[in-house]
Amino acid sequence: MSHPPLRLPTGIEAVVIGASAGGIEAVSQLLAALPAGFGAPVLLVLHIQSGRPSRLAPLFGARCALPVNEPEDKEPLKAASVYVAPPDYHLLVEPPGIVALSIDAPVHYSRPAIDPLFESAAVVYGPALLAILLTGASSDGSLGLRTVRRAGGCAWVQDPATAVASTMPRSALELAGADAILTIDETARALAALSPTLRATQLPST
Amino acid sequence: MVQEEDDPRLFDIGIQLLLQGIYLTYQHDFRDYAVASLRRRVRQAMDRFGCSRLSQLQERLLHEPEVFAQALQYFTVQMSDFFRDPDYFRALREEVVPVLKTYPSVKVWVAGCSSGEELWSLAILFHEEGLLPRTVFYATDINPEALRQAEAGVYPLDRVAQFSTNYRLAGGKQSLSDYYVCAYDAAAFDRKLRAQVVFADHSLATDHVFSEVHLVSCRNVLIYFNRSLQERAIGLFREALVRRGFLGLGSRETLRFTSHESAFDELLPQQRIYRLR
Repeated sequence: MSHPPLRLPTGIEAVVIGASAGGIEAVSQLLAALPAGFGAPVLLVLHIQSGRPSRLAPLFGARCALPVNEPEDKEPLKAASVYVAPPDYHLLVEPPGIVALSIDAPVHYSRPAIDPLFESAAVVYGPALLAILLTGASSDGSLGLRTVRRAGGCAWVQDPATAVASTMPRSALELAGADAILTIDETARALAALSPTLRATQLPST
Repeated sequence: MVQEEDDPRLFDIGIQLLLQGIYLTYQHDFRDYAVASLRRRVRQAMDRFGCSRLSQLQERLLHEPEVFAQALQYFTVQMSDFFRDPDYFRALREEVVPVLKTYPSVKVWVAGCSSGEELWSLAILFHEEGLLPRTVFYATDINPEALRQAEAGVYPLDRVAQFSTNYRLAGGKQSLSDYYVCAYDAAAFDRKLRAQVVFADHSLATDHVFSEVHLVSCRNVLIYFNRSLQERAIGLFREALVRRGFLGLGSRETLRFTSHESAFDELLPQQRIYRLR
């Protein structure tokens, strides 16, 4: 299915993405669309099983022009880099744009969880944040997306009708609404189109 | 009227005021804690104490010491597992303990021991390596309730299955059940392991070094600090460690973003075990 032409947000400085069931395929497709010089950091929470190392970073890295890594605590965020939440840690952002990890209790039975990332990034980036919520079978991300929108940030939600698991995008649309409801294809194209407009000047480029 | 909770900047300002108030009232210093996770915990504390506004929580915490004592749990307790990240304990057993065995007596500082999972794991490991009788563990935390739980060494039985799995993966030499007795729905760990442990109230934010030690194990504590408090805490570890002493951090923690990096060798980078130069 197709949606009306999307009005791209301006002045975006960071992108956060949340996905759960069905998310590996969806995220792969999005990351593959990012050009090498993408002018913002991309932070990603995918619900994964705890207690064992994750293979997501190399998996995504193989399909993405940008470096994909699990960050260290207090690592400064760089443009044109993808940060994947490590297993058993929540991934958060601290001012002025550095990583903060936590082993606080799971949220929606998951650690990492999407809400803590979205909420913390909303505080740091305000209107300069783009949050993308994809397929999933929980309600994680809904509260976070509401915080993003209240802080003036932009929210894209996967069209529930096209999601492998529709609960998560549906729940977010009910609680927070969205600036755009998109298929994965449309999201990928929009991200690529967004790239030249990103306000990368405030971040180191490597 | 704009609710402060709707404006994240105002909420953060409110948190800083609250932390300043707590420091001036109780001398517990959370002012340099990482704000991202603190924000969520403060919200949880507001829910718990039925406060719709941050100023109400401040009112209660500053005027009711017993409420503050309960709220301390929200500011500090991070539950860990026995032998969390088994690779870390395996590496200690194989690479660090053999060096520690060359000392006539050994001191270990478990900094920010919380409810004691890490401490008991180390005590069991040292016991199996024959090092326990000549070791003193200093287990420190700022939370009296956490210290009490650590000292009691009693954990819910439903958590123990995970503990046992980790213990095996960490190279445990017996069965974890050799070290505890079950009563009701809890496992009580052998008090003999505790004979070598000194429990103490100590703050990485405000207190100083109290002893010379051979190993500092401080895992998933620094992630709750901002960079300047991380600097201070690692400075304390550096000061406490004997020459060529060992420092173990959590699996995503690093010295890389601190000024102390060059004072340590990365002995086992994967397991986050450092050695003082």
